Amino acid sequence: MEKTDRNISRRNFIRLGSLSGAALTLGLYMPAFGKENEAEILTSVRAGERGIDLNAWVSIDTSGKVTIMNHRSEMGQGAYQVVPQMVAEELEVDLNQVNIVFAPGNGRVYGSQITGGSSTVRGAYRQLMQVGASAREMLIAAAMKKEGWSRGDCYAENGFVIHRPSGKKYNYGQLVEEASRMSPPSNIQLKSPRDYKIIRQPLKRQDIPQKVNGTATFGIDKRLPGLLFAVVERNPRFLGKVKSFDDSQTKKVPGVKHVLKVQMDVFAMKREGVAVVANSFWAANEGRKLLKVEWDDSGFEHLSTEQLYSRMKEDLSKPGYSQRTGGNAEAALQKADKKLEFIYETPYESHSCMEPLNCTAWVHDDKCEIWGPIQGPDWIQDDISARLGLKPENVTVNMTFLGGGFGRKAFTDYTHEAAVISKEIKAPVQVIWTREDDMTQGPFRPGNMYQCKAGLSNNGRITSFQFKMAAQNMGHQEPGADKTMYNDSTVEGFLEGYFEALPHYSFSDVPTESPVPVMWWRSVYASTNGFAYESFMDELAHEAGKDPLDFRRSHLRNERYHALISKLEEVSGWKSRGKNEGWGVAITECFKSTVGEVVKVSRKADGKLKVDKVIAVMDCGWYVNPDIIRQQVEGSIVMALGAATKHETHFLDGKALERNFDVYKMPRIADIPEIEVHIMENDEKPGGVGEPGLPPLSPALCNAIFDISGKRIRKLPFNLEEV
Amino acid sequence: MASITLKINNKSVTVDADPKMPLLWAIRDLAGLTGTKYGCGIAQCGACTVHLEGTPVRSCSLPVGSVAGKNITTIEGLSDNNSHPVQQAWIEEQVPQCGYCQSGQIMAAAALLKRNANPSDKDIDAAMQGLICRCGTYPRIRKAIKTAARIMNTKASAK
Repeated sequence: MEKTDRNISRRNFIRLGSLSGAALTLGLYMPAFGKENEAEILTSVRAGERGIDLNAWVSIDTSGKVTIMNHRSEMGQGAYQVVPQMVAEELEVDLNQVNIVFAPGNGRVYGSQITGGSSTVRGAYRQLMQVGASAREMLIAAAMKKEGWSRGDCYAENGFVIHRPSGKKYNYGQLVEEASRMSPPSNIQLKSPRDYKIIRQPLKRQDIPQKVNGTATFGIDKRLPGLLFAVVERNPRFLGKVKSFDDSQTKKVPGVKHVLKVQMDVFAMKREGVAVVANSFWAANEGRKLLKVEWDDSGFEHLSTEQLYSRMKEDLSKPGYSQRTGGNAEAALQKADKKLEFIYETPYESHSCMEPLNCTAWVHDDKCEIWGPIQGPDWIQDDISARLGLKPENVTVNMTFLGGGFGRKAFTDYTHEAAVISKEIKAPVQVIWTREDDMTQGPFRPGNMYQCKAGLSNNGRITSFQFKMAAQNMGHQEPGADKTMYNDSTVEGFLEGYFEALPHYSFSDVPTESPVPVMWWRSVYASTNGFAYESFMDELAHEAGKDPLDFRRSHLRNERYHALISKLEEVSGWKSRGKNEGWGVAITECFKSTVGEVVKVSRKADGKLKVDKVIAVMDCGWYVNPDIIRQQVEGSIVMALGAATKHETHFLDGKALERNFDVYKMPRIADIPEIEVHIMENDEKPGGVGEPGLPPLSPALCNAIFDISGKRIRKLPFNLEEV
Repeated sequence: MASITLKINNKSVTVDADPKMPLLWAIRDLAGLTGTKYGCGIAQCGACTVHLEGTPVRSCSLPVGSVAGKNITTIEGLSDNNSHPVQQAWIEEQVPQCGYCQSGQIMAAAALLKRNANPSDKDIDAAMQGLICRCGTYPRIRKAIKTAARIMNTKASAK
């Protein structure tokens, strides 16, 4: 047992808090970096013998207390709940009795931790459930050894191993010492979905009690002894330099301690600014107001929104880089009975998480400690160790709850900046971005322009489908990127099943050159592609004289899509709708999930439009918690409604114009329609949940508006009051 | 700088602050209560909502010098154990996602229910329109306010 103790004190297990003495601790060892599929399940004892830094996914101590690790960020999407919910199912414990802890950032140990691409469940669900099942089998084996029981007579339930014939039972805590000396079994059989007790139940989230009384710690709530606060005046044109600054007035503000120039990397470019560090946020920000900074913007284009879109329009006339083609779309278009061609346009957007960007850093003794709202803790560890010249194991990335993420907090600029400031001032520092900083500095969701062309036959079939996107390519911003590379997200949002039925198609893009930094925004390119695809599909259905859902169905062969369409028809009452009553539909697919949404609009007494109801059907395959899916789809719909009808980031003279919520308008409670979410029941592979509900809303809404008014909206955002 | 005595959650806290400092930062950085959140700094999002003599106010836009000696309640002072009907309803309806704006939402809802035991949809709109939730929990907020009203009314009739 001596080895186990040493291992526990030496390794990550000290993070598990109450652990002392013997414990059954299991983790996944990934021999190859990031290859979760090749993971091996190990106990802490075996890992110690082999000198492996184990990730301790499950730990049970002698009191029976169970600790389960969540290796992903919790930014509202429910990872804090679903990762333990999967493990607890196989472990046979009550989730309410489980202690959940965040894993620190370390991709070598935990595998990929980046919380993006709606990947938490679909990333490593089998491996996590196998860890839970292995622990359960070892505990059962320990009881069998103690009592001479046979496997067939034993079962595990609610934290106990029970002997069926005698009714005698052992608490897990009584078995961990014995079990910890065993090797995990090979060939673990996972439960059949019909035997699930926890998975598929709408169990209440474990993070919510902390989120209703102010005790949940977000990044901005992190406190340390001697913590200083910093704000940074960054170049408003994103990438210009600091020529000079005068801090004489700033330094007179009581509490201000340091003023220093800072620089951080934004992809292949630099962003410069002047940091004011004080003993409170307020003092730092007061000092900042008195700074006089002269910027050097040479070499940076002072673009406006108008210029950006006229550039995209020009780009659409150029040949694109093809991502996916089939047949000969151009020749087929020429031969088509009918031809349609439209341009669709979507805006630049700010992420505007409710918790503005912030990061707490403390660089000392060749080490760096980070706390913050972070989507990619493993990326931050790699980034900071490279930039500060520290060993990865000397960079500790501690997780907090995130007040929203939406892609923005997967970027490494704000953490790098905080580390640089802390190193310079030799003290722990919390850098807080004001709302204005957060909203104007980007990276933004890129604005897009889409050219959609199609040919229709007289019997209502699509004979050619062409899709060309002009937009900034996010990948092209990376240092050394090949700028002749096509955008690999041009088909994101389009139903994979359409490719089976479309004889001739072409998906391409022309990368628009712009100095505006751009980044993933919830559901990424699907959030805008979907608007173009599904508005165009509606236009084609009308041109073909077909019912919009029948039209889609006739271009899909796979039963799974047909089941979703039938469900959508059934729950929305689609077939009994009246003509031009204001019904619209759209279906998109991204991150391996398909979502259909029906929107119902009507005219109020004053003649203005109102969204009455949104009915969504999500097919995400195998799933964990139906209430979290409902939450995510509801939230996606609200966020999409905002991006379609409320807000847009404009640029003028190279600067973002919208600086706060007074002008960057958000949907508010009175704007929200009734939302109904349905989930398809099947055992297909799990798909994403956090994002796929977003893309269908804007096309479904615009299709509903066309239905009631005959007016086709091809540019977002639009003002619902003015349609 | 001035010495200002605040009465937060029935406790006296004396802080040394510029009287112009917004109450929000005095609560967070000087009194050490981090449940109240910064969202916009210009009274547009409501994440910083606290009660001043029982009325919901945006603490980001209220100078600390103007509230000395007045009764301030923050999310931490709503109950000792999540027992306030609004907190119970928020758990029951599983309202929070990221949770960042919810301290403000809960304080605004608690103030609404204190003056109106049975709010209509229009009353809820009016009371909650100043608060932003980027996760889009609005449908559940509406539902939870009605649930909280039921819990309060059940408690009242049991007395």
